[in-house]
Amino acid sequence: MNSAGEVVLSARQVVKTYGSTRALKGVDFDIHRGQVTTLFGENGAGKSTLMKILSGVESPTGGEIVLHGEPVRFDSTVAAREKGISIIHQELSLAPNLSVRDNIFMGRELRTRTGVDFAEEARQTRALMTELQEDIDPSTLVADLRLGQQQIVEIARALSVNAQILIMDEPTSALSAAEVEVLFKVIHDLTARGVSIVYISHHLEEALQVTDHAVVLRDGAIAATAERSEIDLEWIVRRMVGAGFDLGEPPAGSQQDQVALSIENVVADGVDDLSLQVRAGEIVCLYGLMGAGRTELLEAVAGRVPIESGTIRLAGQDVSGLTIAERIDRGLGLVPEDRQRDGLVQTMTVGRNLSLASIESFVRGAFLSRGAERRLVDGAIHDVRVKTAGGDAAIGSLSGGNQQKVVIGKILATGPDVILLDEPSRGIDVGAKGEVFRLLAERAKAGLAVLYSTSEVGECLSIAHRIVVMRRGRIAAEFDAGVTKETIMAASGEAVVA
Amino acid sequence: MKPPDRDRQMNVGKLILEGRAFLALLVVIVVFSLLSPNYFSVSNLLTMSSHVAVYAVLAIGMLLVILNGGIDLSVGSTLGLSGVIAGALMQGVPVFGVRLFPSVWVVVIVTCAVGALIGLLNGVLVARFRVASFVATLGTLYVVRGIGLLMTDGLTYNDLGGDPALGNTGFDWLGFNKLLGIPIGVLVMIVVAAVASVLLSRTVFGRWLYSAGGNERAAELSGVPVKKVKVWVYVVSGLCAAVAGLILSSELTSAGPTAGTSYELTAIAAVVIGGAALTGGRGNVRGTMLGAFVIGFLSDGLVIVGVSAYWQTVFTGAVIVLAVLLNAVQYGRKRPRKKPADTPTDTPKTLASVA
Repeated sequence: MNSAGEVVLSARQVVKTYGSTRALKGVDFDIHRGQVTTLFGENGAGKSTLMKILSGVESPTGGEIVLHGEPVRFDSTVAAREKGISIIHQELSLAPNLSVRDNIFMGRELRTRTGVDFAEEARQTRALMTELQEDIDPSTLVADLRLGQQQIVEIARALSVNAQILIMDEPTSALSAAEVEVLFKVIHDLTARGVSIVYISHHLEEALQVTDHAVVLRDGAIAATAERSEIDLEWIVRRMVGAGFDLGEPPAGSQQDQVALSIENVVADGVDDLSLQVRAGEIVCLYGLMGAGRTELLEAVAGRVPIESGTIRLAGQDVSGLTIAERIDRGLGLVPEDRQRDGLVQTMTVGRNLSLASIESFVRGAFLSRGAERRLVDGAIHDVRVKTAGGDAAIGSLSGGNQQKVVIGKILATGPDVILLDEPSRGIDVGAKGEVFRLLAERAKAGLAVLYSTSEVGECLSIAHRIVVMRRGRIAAEFDAGVTKETIMAASGEAVVA
Repeated sequence: MKPPDRDRQMNVGKLILEGRAFLALLVVIVVFSLLSPNYFSVSNLLTMSSHVAVYAVLAIGMLLVILNGGIDLSVGSTLGLSGVIAGALMQGVPVFGVRLFPSVWVVVIVTCAVGALIGLLNGVLVARFRVASFVATLGTLYVVRGIGLLMTDGLTYNDLGGDPALGNTGFDWLGFNKLLGIPIGVLVMIVVAAVASVLLSRTVFGRWLYSAGGNERAAELSGVPVKKVKVWVYVVSGLCAAVAGLILSSELTSAGPTAGTSYELTAIAAVVIGGAALTGGRGNVRGTMLGAFVIGFLSDGLVIVGVSAYWQTVFTGAVIVLAVLLNAVQYGRKRPRKKPADTPTDTPKTLASVA
């Protein structure tokens, strides 16, 4: 009856439509007791929709949910939670102004006759933190925690309700390798206790380490299902995109004799006396763990944060004291890490987002030239291959990958000599990742200097001519394209995850 | 992308939703025309329009601030002070024992400059010193009103007519005269609206404003001078308040220090009824103008029909709440529901699910 592997929760022919868009087209999906089931799929394949239906956030349009052999209907997430189903969302949903303890017990405070039993809450919080091997005091404000620690708190909160089925949507996107390892241990402990896990991640290699079952979703339908032992990375990728998996190789034949960007002894918040040069036509990959200082370095170079000392030169000219706008004019642009927060203006159309950074170039007299703007937008949509109905489409109608292409296209439209990209592959699917990298390789061939950061080793060993590993605000090592993953990871201070 | 058949399905509902300010105006006009035979006459419509002009000019300044994601509570006080300054100048300025009477054009320019200066103060407080716009402009609301009261000792300038012998006549021209049968105040409103409309839709500044209001961080990284934009919207708002103050005191041929009390709320209401989002980045001049007309035509209509002033307050409030509700419906619908993880609307659900 309670044997491991038994199906505890399943979706039967689940259909979900929004208007006339069919997000799910009759999906069968099983969750096994005490095992990890990973759902693979590109953005927009329907993963999140399916998870929302299973956790009660949304109701299915057709089909049924079967829990322990009985058809059930969840009217709300509360109803689903009462049946032991808990979900950790991709985006953090913590209140930064409250303590860790208050966040974990938010909405279900332990009551005494007169108030809240804070002591007991703190005790349970401490126990959870011990289990997660994270030394966080229950009274710490969430705002004071690193992003990775916040993710841990989020996981602790989901665990604290004693969930029997735990859905994790991209739980590792903000975690360091060490934290990921701890999370995987927790997952093993949970499954040993009979908890069933549904795991969603863009980080395929990582997911393969932890999963027992693999389910691939494509275009709202199940593309393939298999046991872990039967499959490998290639298998998943092929079924996700229906094509080979190749992020490309360093473009050959570009002239690399002029230094386009020169960072000289720069000290800034999180950056410690760092020097680095990128030549025109060269692609440099900046690898490092969370907190290694990659984002801080790129933001300092782009002018978002001031530098304390050192010099930043563009084609030999000192730009250290210039504003962001002036640096864009001189040919330096940043594609930020957080697309939603720093990259896009959600209230504007695709076209207006694309033209935003280069808007002054199509002023005619006192007014904007609509024709010139349309030409630029149409050109950019074509150049960076944004899949959209056109420049007038809402930016929110695009998938994550296409939104990322809009942010990149916006900077490319300014005609830069140097482009900085902070985690350009974050939250986009394999297909879009490949396209973004191809695009950068093409531009590099035409003389663009590219400096991109990543926390996925696989992405270093693609189009980059040179790999720079950052650690604690400094450059720990530099490699040529032929280096192995293990060498890079060792240089970054990352234990090689078995 | 939405398939076309869904578009057709939604068309009627969408049209009603997006044209709601226009429909509301039609309903107001039709209802009051049925209730009172005098309502729908050219002369009454023009009279009401010149009342609307004051609100509309204020509201356009407010629209720019709201598009930027801020709020300007000081416009009512600025309007009052503008009237007082114009009134004081009309009474003559003592210089070295001689009383100088500046011409009306000088009065107008000085008044506008004072309005812009108050706006500049707001803008610098909000943009440079990062004071929340609500608090900064609440402060200036009190300070500016206080200055107006101090200047007049709480009294009202009743004579703004000027004297032909002193060469400063013509102040009432703004409030009483007509050009081609249209009151000057209404013409000023039309000009202000047209300029603002072109500014928003056809200039770099407009695009900067929409982007900074929609996502300041992203705009800044795209090279938009977000601070400069922020300072300027408050300057324009102050300038608009001064113009509105001139129109009002000219219409009344008097200027009291308490004029324009709570007008800032009427202006905010007009912007909101016009479909702008208080979170910034969404809204346009057309909507705001319709919003101002809805409020003005509604309250004048209630007066004409003989409804008590207390009920007017209730009706105006109800219209505002309704407008905000519809805004929520409209912007809620436009969000991509397929990937709610990207949208702020999903946060409450997320909280509920784990809490």
